[in-house]
Amino acid sequence: MLQEAVKRHLIWIAIFLILLILPFFIGTYLQHIMIFIFFYAYLSQCWNILSGYTGQFSLGNAAFFGLGAYTSSVLFYYFNLSPWIGMFIGAFVALAIGLFIGYVSFHFGLKEAFFALATLAFAEILRIMFLNMPVMGGAQGILIPLKGDAPLLFQFDGKIPFYYISFIMMVSSTIIVYIIERSKIGYYFKAIHQNEESAEALGVNARKYKIYATGISAFLTAFGGTFYAQYFMYIDPNLTFGPSVSFDIMLRSIIGGVGTLAGPIIGSFILTPLGEITREIFGATSGIHMMAYGAILILVCLFMPRGVYPWFRQRFSKSS
Amino acid sequence: MNWEIFFQALTSGILTGGLFALVAVGLTMILGVLKIINFAHGEFLMLGMYMTYWLCTLFNMDPYLTLIITIPAFFFFGVIIQRWLINPILDAPMEIQILLTLGLFIFLANLAQLLFGPHVRSIETAYTFKILTIGSVNFASTRLIMFIFAIIFTTALYIFLKKTDLGKAIRACSEESYGAMLVGINVKRVYMIAFGIGTACAAAAGSLAMPIYYVNPHIGATFVMTAFVVVVLGGMGNFMGALVGGFIIGLAESFGAVILSASLKQLVTFTIFVLILLLRPTGLFGTKRS
Repeated sequence: MLQEAVKRHLIWIAIFLILLILPFFIGTYLQHIMIFIFFYAYLSQCWNILSGYTGQFSLGNAAFFGLGAYTSSVLFYYFNLSPWIGMFIGAFVALAIGLFIGYVSFHFGLKEAFFALATLAFAEILRIMFLNMPVMGGAQGILIPLKGDAPLLFQFDGKIPFYYISFIMMVSSTIIVYIIERSKIGYYFKAIHQNEESAEALGVNARKYKIYATGISAFLTAFGGTFYAQYFMYIDPNLTFGPSVSFDIMLRSIIGGVGTLAGPIIGSFILTPLGEITREIFGATSGIHMMAYGAILILVCLFMPRGVYPWFRQRFSKSS
Repeated sequence: MNWEIFFQALTSGILTGGLFALVAVGLTMILGVLKIINFAHGEFLMLGMYMTYWLCTLFNMDPYLTLIITIPAFFFFGVIIQRWLINPILDAPMEIQILLTLGLFIFLANLAQLLFGPHVRSIETAYTFKILTIGSVNFASTRLIMFIFAIIFTTALYIFLKKTDLGKAIRACSEESYGAMLVGINVKRVYMIAFGIGTACAAAAGSLAMPIYYVNPHIGATFVMTAFVVVVLGGMGNFMGALVGGFIIGLAESFGAVILSASLKQLVTFTIFVLILLLRPTGLFGTKRS
């Protein structure tokens, strides 16, 4: 049985092993790209729980990302609290806000586009509030104090530790989603996505599980915020709460395949290098890499609306 | 707050409200007829601003004269967008529709950045610095002109929708597109025209805003968010709602800027937005739909 499972997933195991040793064979620039691939795959997987599986389309996951980034950074800046601890506090802050957003949205029966717009508005409210709070750094943002090579403070010499942290984040989020997919709560999520009224008729408390999905998504997304803050050593409200953060997060899943386990990862492997390389070639201010994102998004909507991964799977199973 | 500041905020709110109303009327029309949430709406406005900017800078045109170019140009631009991008996804799930317009939004904003650079641009005309005074209230003449044009356009559009056959066909499609098809209305054509008109409204608003605001490639995002608030406030697809909503948000922002601070005025807008979404998702003037 085990042998068969190994055989069936051989390609995935091989990729896993290659990624495990890869950073020692590539330069820092490629390491950076790989870190970003894992980082966005992680964030997009978190988005996928709420929007892909449960079908509640969020345009505001930046809210949870920003809360994670700000909580750990502010605690580190003022109280010298290690971001390793701060990121859990941040996750619980995001969880609380996530449950609040979920509660008010679903209590008042927000659906589809209305929910999407509401999440966007919640993230914008947070962005404007943080822009106007001098304690939180205001528009200048927060420069994370440099401590040199201090692993206990989430700061490292070189990129390899970040590589493994982001890799672990991506893998663990995927495992979490895998477990959710196969558990009762996952079936509830999918039932709500497919037909909320039928799910309710069968006794699923749709509102409760939609709030849970928001909470889980918020809690996990916040870790990404702390990672971002420690990796770049600088945050400001636009970089963390801005709408483009939310779009960047969800784009990976959309391109790869919404509501699939591999979708966010495949989407990130396609989109992230494309974005980074065009940014490198044409410069960040040229706008070309974002134009490419926009064009790809339009093309995917027109020609493979379920994402790249389901598209290929469909083609593949048709031909065989 | 004394009366002087009160009237100043009131005037400025109403004048800006006229612009918001024009942007929102276009957005709500697209929403009502095609049931599409158009995130790219603000980009049409931004491109309209650039078109006016270049016509003024290169050909020394009067900014208000450029309207005779921007309106038809963007009407056709809208028709093309509808025909090739929006039409294929009309029956797609809601998220695909949102994503497509979001893709268009990202694409157009960054196309503008590529073509025109990221920095801000503005125009100066003979009347840029002309200040009008009524009693103790001061306002720029350009704001009044913007307001008057915006009211003319929305009124003209309203009459067009009420009185002409084409306008009636558009409203019929908005109410019940299948029924409209059954009575012989060419729904596809109506969709293209409605999208064209919506786009032209945004671009016209851009031309009118150009003498007042700076333009940069990312200004569309601010306007589209405000327009969403206005549209939801007035009830999605509700023409009069968008008009009244425009003034409410214009006033909310100008009083928000006075009472809180200029950088917090958007907080007022978004708070109204969330409250409306939660408490009255059909808008202030909407009727409950089953």
